[in-house]
Amino acid sequence: MNATQNLEKIAEYRQDFAIIANWLKFGCKALDLGCGDGELLQFLRGSMEVRGYGVEKDDANWLSCLQNGINVIQMDLEAGLSGFEAQSFDVVILSQTLQAMHNTENIVQEMLRVGREAIVTFPNFGYWRNRLQLMAGQMPVSRDIPYQWYDTPNVHLCTIKDFDQFCENHNIHVKERLVLTYGQRIQFMPNLRGSLAMYRLGRK
Amino acid sequence: MSETSSVGIVTARTAHFSEPLKLKSGEVLPAYDLTYETYGTLNADKSNAVLICHALSGNHHVAGKYAETDKYPGWWDNLIGPGRPLDTNKFFVIGLNNLGGCHGSSGPSSINPASGKPWGADFPVFTVEDWVESQARLADYLGIYQLAAVIGGSLGGMQALQWTMSYPDRVRHALVIASAPNLTAQNMAFNEVARQAIMTDPEFYDGHYYEHNTVPRRGLRIARMLGHITYLSDDAMGAKFGRKLRDGEIKYGFGVEFEMESYLRYQGDKFAGEFDANTYLRMTRALDYFDPALEHGGNLSTALANVKARFLVVSFTSDWRFSPARSREIMKALLDNECSVSYAEVTAAHGHDAFLMPDPHYHNILRNYLQNIETGATE
Repeated sequence: MNATQNLEKIAEYRQDFAIIANWLKFGCKALDLGCGDGELLQFLRGSMEVRGYGVEKDDANWLSCLQNGINVIQMDLEAGLSGFEAQSFDVVILSQTLQAMHNTENIVQEMLRVGREAIVTFPNFGYWRNRLQLMAGQMPVSRDIPYQWYDTPNVHLCTIKDFDQFCENHNIHVKERLVLTYGQRIQFMPNLRGSLAMYRLGRK
Repeated sequence: MSETSSVGIVTARTAHFSEPLKLKSGEVLPAYDLTYETYGTLNADKSNAVLICHALSGNHHVAGKYAETDKYPGWWDNLIGPGRPLDTNKFFVIGLNNLGGCHGSSGPSSINPASGKPWGADFPVFTVEDWVESQARLADYLGIYQLAAVIGGSLGGMQALQWTMSYPDRVRHALVIASAPNLTAQNMAFNEVARQAIMTDPEFYDGHYYEHNTVPRRGLRIARMLGHITYLSDDAMGAKFGRKLRDGEIKYGFGVEFEMESYLRYQGDKFAGEFDANTYLRMTRALDYFDPALEHGGNLSTALANVKARFLVVSFTSDWRFSPARSREIMKALLDNECSVSYAEVTAAHGHDAFLMPDPHYHNILRNYLQNIETGATE
């Protein structure tokens, strides 16, 4: 596959996938935590020839990965990544899973132990529509946070400002940050106008 | 899901090998027989062969029946057949009785050509490596160079893992189920108690009991009872027997009062009537000695550095004899070598025995993995 075909293929897919692909080196070794049915890894394998492994706890998702030909490891991320050697991956990805983790601090540190680089994406709780719903007196429900307060898997929602501070406090280097709203890049007032935050992280 | 069925009526065959086999211990077997069964059809380019490696008490009779009137089919019949997870419409499946066994292959109970008497205690101690060597010769005998897959649970999983190290070019996929990269001290301790039960039986005669026309039945029985306890989880035993009384009342004696006792005695008696004690001793030793990392300074990743096969590693949550943590060690060593590996931790209540149960999710995993294996030209 040539570069143009690659780009065309990228354009067809979700914008956040395309950005993640753009942050990776061709043929790199990647670990996708909470990989779901393996859609991202499949995309990265096709577009960037990524040598990827997924980590997934859920039986049905795990089986979908297997059906999709993705190498997938069944384990609970809450227990950390103790089974993985330090610096054994080029990149460790946590795509829209951070907010559902109990052991949030630990997993981000673990990602940077196992990977030379980490990519974290999460729905920005500071997005104006969320704020508006709170102002109206209700918990936000949106495309990126599609749950009612009583049945949500999300336990650690945060804003872009919160996560910036988290990185600062934990000595994590933010190499790049991109903010999207429905696939459009947001540069002006991202914490208010952006619905999805994407971070490329390293050690300071 | 499509219709599934058994492989039907099967026949066991025996292959004779006259080329001496040098064992890891240094001893040499001048010649030996291996008994095996096959299911399905070998395709034109011989790319669809799957080897099933058995565990401690298994044998070559993996699937099907010898006659319609047989009470039970082979020991992994629920896995193998047309439309089953290991689909015989696609694969050519080979099951064998391992060297040293007691179901047709050369072992302690077969005749030593040098003496004209049963080998007994003189049959050499063999290892997982030796088994793989003999299995490779069986593949040669069947005209197969590369196996599409080697599948095994427990001790069988160790053989599947050993295949990928001994013959990296001869196996494309390894399915390592409810297994371990070596036994823990606790696990070996169970084996030692089992052996002591056999060897201290007055009918053992230092392994030469055949000459005395007897078998160490009591020892073998206790060994099997102990084994069965470790193959089940506490919860599974609780669910199956609990504290149920056989006759509904306590009798203040030492007969069979609880259902659990009845089950263990039944399993023990059944086993003692059909399994050879010398084989049992050696099978447990093969388990104890398996430790591929040993020759690599204890580093399993180094031991697996040359493997080329793709792996599926499966463990069961309630298996405490071959716990998920042990399977994760295998998975990690494969990851260190950037091997293609998927790892499933199946939620199951049955303990170690779960690998033989037809749990729908577990079978779905095997079915999907096996479906993805490419086998080239089919008949």
